[in-house]
Amino acid sequence: MKQSGKRALDTAAARGATYADVRIMDIRQRYLATKNGETAQVRESQSHGLGVRVVADGAWGFASTDDLSGGGIDATAARAVEIAKASALVKKQDVELAPGNKIVDRWEASCRIDPFGVPVSSCLELMLKVDAELRRVQGVTLAEVGMDFNRIDQLFLSTLGSEIRQIKTQSGAGFVATSFARNEIQRRSYPNSFGGQYQTRGYELIEEMDLLGHAPQIAEQAVALHACDQCPAGEMDIILGGSQVGLQIHESIGHPIELDRVLGTEANFAGMSFLTLDKLGILQYGSEIVNVVADATPAHGPGLGTFAYDDEGVPAQCVTIIKDGKFVGYLTSRETAAAIGQSRSGASMRAEGWNRIPLIRMTNVSLLPGKGSLEELIADTDDGIYMETNRSWSIDDRRYNFQFGTEIGWEIKHGKKTRMLKNPSYGGITTEFWNSCDAICGPEEWVLWGTPNCGKGQPMQTMGTGHGASPARFHRIQVGVAYSK
Amino acid sequence: MILTRKRAKEIFNKVLKYSTADETEAHISSTTHSLTRFANNCIHQNVAEEGTSLSVRAVANQRTARATTNKLDEDSIRQVCEAALALARLAPPNPDLLTMPGPQMYRAVDRFSSETAELTPQARAETVQQAVQRAEADGLTAAGVYSSGVYFTALFNSRGLEAHHEESASEFSITMLLEGSSGWAKKTSTSCLDLEPEVLADRAARKALESREPKDVAPGKYCVILEPAAVLDLLGFLFFDFGGLAVLESRSCLTGRLGEKLFGENVSVRDDVFHPLQAGAPFDGEGVPRQRVGLVEKGTVKNLVYARATARKVGKEPTGHGFQLPNEYGEAPMNIVMDGGRSSLEEMIRSTPRGLLVTRLWYIREVDPYQKILTGMTRDGTFWIEDGEVRHGVRNLRFNQSVIEMLKQVEMMGPPQRTAGEESFEMVVPAMKVEGFNFSSVTKY
Repeated sequence: MKQSGKRALDTAAARGATYADVRIMDIRQRYLATKNGETAQVRESQSHGLGVRVVADGAWGFASTDDLSGGGIDATAARAVEIAKASALVKKQDVELAPGNKIVDRWEASCRIDPFGVPVSSCLELMLKVDAELRRVQGVTLAEVGMDFNRIDQLFLSTLGSEIRQIKTQSGAGFVATSFARNEIQRRSYPNSFGGQYQTRGYELIEEMDLLGHAPQIAEQAVALHACDQCPAGEMDIILGGSQVGLQIHESIGHPIELDRVLGTEANFAGMSFLTLDKLGILQYGSEIVNVVADATPAHGPGLGTFAYDDEGVPAQCVTIIKDGKFVGYLTSRETAAAIGQSRSGASMRAEGWNRIPLIRMTNVSLLPGKGSLEELIADTDDGIYMETNRSWSIDDRRYNFQFGTEIGWEIKHGKKTRMLKNPSYGGITTEFWNSCDAICGPEEWVLWGTPNCGKGQPMQTMGTGHGASPARFHRIQVGVAYSK
Repeated sequence: MILTRKRAKEIFNKVLKYSTADETEAHISSTTHSLTRFANNCIHQNVAEEGTSLSVRAVANQRTARATTNKLDEDSIRQVCEAALALARLAPPNPDLLTMPGPQMYRAVDRFSSETAELTPQARAETVQQAVQRAEADGLTAAGVYSSGVYFTALFNSRGLEAHHEESASEFSITMLLEGSSGWAKKTSTSCLDLEPEVLADRAARKALESREPKDVAPGKYCVILEPAAVLDLLGFLFFDFGGLAVLESRSCLTGRLGEKLFGENVSVRDDVFHPLQAGAPFDGEGVPRQRVGLVEKGTVKNLVYARATARKVGKEPTGHGFQLPNEYGEAPMNIVMDGGRSSLEEMIRSTPRGLLVTRLWYIREVDPYQKILTGMTRDGTFWIEDGEVRHGVRNLRFNQSVIEMLKQVEMMGPPQRTAGEESFEMVVPAMKVEGFNFSSVTKY
């Protein structure tokens, strides 16, 4: 790997690159799915290739290949330089990067049980047991269980002299019970919707989920939703479950703090951000109990945004984003940090694979815990609605007007969870919403959730991000908007 | 370097040599793709990729699994064959698994443009430069992409099936920005010669200029004129429900509604891979030839599409819309063509006393899977119409609207055109004027 990378750097330099970095990656993936008592998916893949990113004539170029012969590497590095020179035709100024250091290191994420060492038959056996438990409940019309494992082995080399090897194993699993009845489709998922829970860990994560133990209750809830009342509409207090707070962070904090969006480079596709530069250090983003960090360091936990170095070779950091409610930090790269006069990158650059250029991506953007249990928070709430597990999510291209729906809700009256509610939804404006946050549960409720499917960039890249969150309460929120007539 | 048919066949012969499965299938694909990305009136990303893939499906004792690699040396081919078989043997038997199909006949489609395959970074940069000059002429900021590429796929199986398809692809998309307003235009084609970047740049610029200083409009139900991109991105959430397996598993909004007049009399939709404005291979993930299927005729849901296994379960003929096996989803129509009308956008505007003109929609998500309520935002050019004229731009609005109800209230349609958005695959759809479209809130930014 190292020789291939050095060859790419040498060729790029010989062709005129003033800076170059190369990532050589080996990616192994396994995906298993069962559906209604049958195996629906057994798939494994391996992908190996190299991507070269260069600055030449003051502009960017990138080329990638899976042909790792000497000729293939030379042609790819030369292509990257040719592309950079074409980019220079339409530039306003030369690319400037915040300083970077030479780093030589090797890091491997903790993985107690290698998921690729767990027999596929054992995984499928567990999944089919969960499937059977779900379908044991009368009214469940579709039972779906999935498991997903990735191993990413990457060598990063740059013309700064860096040589960084990183190996990460990521695991995920979850299940969904669907019930169709009386012209209505209801779903319940565990431990989260859209695939379940994901972390940078091994099969130990799956074992800790206790998928089988949670199947009966989740299936019963899916069926019970048909008979329960529609979530009322109006302005009211809401408590969001931890995974929903995680997605709320992702959409209404994580994306708007991406400095590339702020500076306009995603304007054609993902959009821009309401967090213009004049708001840094000034905007009261949330209430005083809202504290948010973007923390990629292993000390934060094994999130999907955990690494030792980003894909520009910058060491992982904990960046404070919101301090006591005030907006104080962006997610940055070497180029965007330089553009706003910062002396170093916040290490947010990641690429989906060897054939994609690194972009600013969320690391682990987490809401720091407050105090107390969910039970205590509910007991402290006189009148409101508790909402759990995301069903739909949408936010405008400046990340300001949002609307979310959840799979299930419960009315809270006089400190107690009472009747179950179906089709809950809420909406609002990002800063108004976070300023209405009046309680955040404590460390005992805090979970580092994984969002495995964050899309950004052209060509589109899908990236895993982490979001530490505990249940939280928001005051006087517009509820029931999704079903407004 | 794109693979040739000859090279693909050589690879498959090696797969057959190493596979000891009861049955073996190989998808062999190869792609080159380049994309020039611009923003703030300069090129800020510019990328090229090339890659190959060998994906082997093995069948052993009524079990199946798939393994994929992008290494094509002898050892890697042997290993991927062994991996597929080993995975298959670990899976429980699947009673619904059918034997692989034998040789098929395919109607040829010509979707390759050598100009697109050979488009250089320099040529793309020169086109971007012209778009930036158009922006700067009016003090606008341009952002967008210009991409081109080639995709080759071959499908073989041990029962003698052999299918090939080669296609070029290109895209030009542009957003023009002013303080407080923006405009957008996009086109995709198998040939870059069809893209008309200068026309798209001018259209996006005019939208940004005409929507400057947008005003607030109160939420409520409005008559809307949806440009084709807005229509496309809404319809994209409907057509996965036309898969036979989705209905069989009661996860489709069409469950219990087959044969029902669900939409207005003026709504007719078919899946037609052979339409001249469509793209894609004339065969599905198992190599079954794609058929034309009338999905909705004069508002009535007439047919679904079926992969082989679904067709067997419900006693229908397969339509050639199945995904690669094994998969959880079954099938879906991917070459949607909707009948339109003869009204121009200008005629729709002239006929509207009060309403909204919508360029595109954004971040659409399903709120209710059976009522098919969708939510999302307008974006990059939303205008107030009064007394038959576009009066001014408006701030973006959030909608919560059942797409089924929407298709009952289509008043006018334009001619169908190949359309690209950001939420759905490309389709051939018209612009439409719809009554009673439900907007629930307005953004404050």
